[in-house]
Amino acid sequence: MKSWKTILAAAAIALATSTAAMAARTDLVLGVVLEPPHLDPTAGAAAAIREVVYANVFEGLTRVGPKGEVLPDLAESWTVSDDGKVYTFRLHSGVKFHDGSDFSAEDVKFSLDRARAPESTNAQKGLFEAIDTVEVVDPTTVKVTLKHPQGAFLYNMGWGDAVIVSPKSADTNKEKPIGTGPFKFDSWARGSSIKLVKSDTYWGDPVYLDKVEFRIIPDASAAVPAILSGDVQAFPNMPVGDSLSQLQSDPRLKVVIGSTEGETILAMNNKKPPFDNLKVRQAISHALDRQAIIDGASNGLGTPIGSHFAPHNPAYIDLTGTYPHDVEKAKELLKEAGLENGFKTTLKLPPPAYARDGGQIIASELREIGIDAEITPLEWADWLKQVFTDKDYDMTIVSHTEPNDIDIYSRKDYYFNYQNADFNKVIDELNLTSDEAKRKELYGEAQKILAKDVPVGFLFELPKIGVWDAKLEGLWDNAPILANDLTKVKWAD
Amino acid sequence: MTAYLTKRLLIALVTLAVASVVVFSMIEIVPGDPARLMLGMNATADAVQALRDQMGLDQPLLVRYFEWVSHLLTFDLGKSYTYNVPVRDLVMERLVVSLPLAIIALALSALIAIPVGIFSAERRGRMADTISMGAAQIGVAVPNFWFALLLIYVFAVWLHLVPAGGFPGWSAGVWPALKSLILPAIGLALPQAAILSRVTRSAMLEVLGEDYIRTARAKGMPRNAVLWHHALRNALIPVLTILGLQFAFLLAGTIIIENVLYLPGLGRLIFQAITQRDLIVVESVVMLLVAVVVLVNLLVDLSYAIVDPRLRTRR
Repeated sequence: MKSWKTILAAAAIALATSTAAMAARTDLVLGVVLEPPHLDPTAGAAAAIREVVYANVFEGLTRVGPKGEVLPDLAESWTVSDDGKVYTFRLHSGVKFHDGSDFSAEDVKFSLDRARAPESTNAQKGLFEAIDTVEVVDPTTVKVTLKHPQGAFLYNMGWGDAVIVSPKSADTNKEKPIGTGPFKFDSWARGSSIKLVKSDTYWGDPVYLDKVEFRIIPDASAAVPAILSGDVQAFPNMPVGDSLSQLQSDPRLKVVIGSTEGETILAMNNKKPPFDNLKVRQAISHALDRQAIIDGASNGLGTPIGSHFAPHNPAYIDLTGTYPHDVEKAKELLKEAGLENGFKTTLKLPPPAYARDGGQIIASELREIGIDAEITPLEWADWLKQVFTDKDYDMTIVSHTEPNDIDIYSRKDYYFNYQNADFNKVIDELNLTSDEAKRKELYGEAQKILAKDVPVGFLFELPKIGVWDAKLEGLWDNAPILANDLTKVKWAD
Repeated sequence: MTAYLTKRLLIALVTLAVASVVVFSMIEIVPGDPARLMLGMNATADAVQALRDQMGLDQPLLVRYFEWVSHLLTFDLGKSYTYNVPVRDLVMERLVVSLPLAIIALALSALIAIPVGIFSAERRGRMADTISMGAAQIGVAVPNFWFALLLIYVFAVWLHLVPAGGFPGWSAGVWPALKSLILPAIGLALPQAAILSRVTRSAMLEVLGEDYIRTARAKGMPRNAVLWHHALRNALIPVLTILGLQFAFLLAGTIIIENVLYLPGLGRLIFQAITQRDLIVVESVVMLLVAVVVLVNLLVDLSYAIVDPRLRTRR
């Protein structure tokens, strides 16, 4: 038996080295869980759209890099006026769209004006809200004037929602995306796969891969055999079910546990009694055992959080100790709130496993301090209607996957029903500040206010489980923005 | 015969009309806003409203119902909210997977089940009967997706004979396309075959107990001729009924196996459309399936008439 294994291994090595000796592979089949509804990142929020087209097909003025940093993209450089209101972008020349037409400052003006127009269906219209005018200075220079200084403006322009499109193809990008990126759209077999090929007219550093196929595999029980058989060579965000250790022990594969921008929270309806009482929210926070929740809801891989901020962010401060797991303290606080006998409430859960599994654990933890939370599972559309839009809920569990989104707690009419003047002041100041050190300080303040006031129960940062062929290089370990950037991906020789 | 046919046709038409009302109203009642779903949690209210206007979601219900039905009558299934392409194209893309899969699975099921059913009916109570019906019992109990997964691990992960799932498209060639349909077809066929063989067996047993069989045997007719000519033909009606039902199931009721083998079939299209609230896709495709089921039932009814001459003359 053992000798057979040796022979097989030797044969595999011989085969591997002989193919490697020829030439490095230039094709890649990449597994994705969700099929994008369409491929236009300027007209839909689905992460699945960005996972195909961001940085690969479409490019913006700036882009976000693997560490979450802002990098120049179509804009080769820029200057900012002293009052922080005028951004002058110098664009790359010789850039072509995939349909052969030339890219110029006119396209930038068109794209930004389109995104902020009244009839715009951009899912992140807020990103463009500070823009007052966009002017074409010359074909490679564009001047953006803001209504007020905005600290995150360059970052905002790096979102998938802010990519530059051509007026000729803007209306058909949903079915046939035309961008300026290193890969161009080839075909889409709906329900099955999306294919990209290398663009011959790309202006920047050439990419290594010639052909990329995004294969849609919705189920963990299908994803595991697909990667084990080699049909799929990379699964950047893989549903592993309970097969994680099996994959980790396979020497042909590399398993990378990375971080995301997904703050997973136990949201509460802050206007609805008894959640309007700080003591009740504190009691609930004390009742939560984050490690037990992480073990049960994310394979033990999530990172605990004590406020609404991603641990990999330079401005992060660890506030997980603000209300540590303490059942006695929790009961005491409930008593002080006049609820020593506990109360009945509901917990509405959207479909992801972190919510459904986490919900069971949280409900049992709450029961320990006398809170009886009745669980209602909802599908996404229903959750968006009942919880998010109508705010008809007591508690829910959800992961907020947008990057740097701590400002959602300052939004009026957001589903938390939370208002805090001190917090809003910090966010307003943050908006107007572009100095990095000052921004960091303000982000710290914002985190602290939330950690103390606990408008929601802070649980953990969602992990990203990436699995790919051990010979594949250049895929992102973390997901600071929703993307599968393939511009640096290659097969090792 | 004409009366029989007219009556069947009328029933079919009424079924379709009732179904259109039920399908439309059921799907409109389901809560959830497709526009909000597409734009996500961070979208501003006016962006969501702009998309609702684009989709025509704010028109009155009745207007939308009649618009939908009148389009259906001209075989226009509408345009998908999410994909932004005609529903007809979506359905065609999926049918080239689902239809061959259903036909192969059905053929496999019939090829296995009918001989096994006849065989065990003939050897009723003997060892062979007990074994084959025991196997059928297991076949009914085993979920098809679990069986398909087992096949994947053996034939794809271990032996590398077929892909572990997915569908390369017919443009990749007939053989690669067929290869990716083999495992799911087997996975789907076996539980169906198990049911069908039990039905065949009991139908055969009933017929074999009839007087005319005894008479035929007494006349000295060869055993096989009695079995295949006299008995089988009369036992076919329940078998055909089950086959018709199975075809409808195989065409769209295969969501789980399509998920496990990530096949782009009709079942997954509907499932996806429901979760994304792509109402027009759900409505049109469900209606189309209702039409297929009605048509298959009509064909089965007509085939009764062919198998059983008494139905042809009955008024």
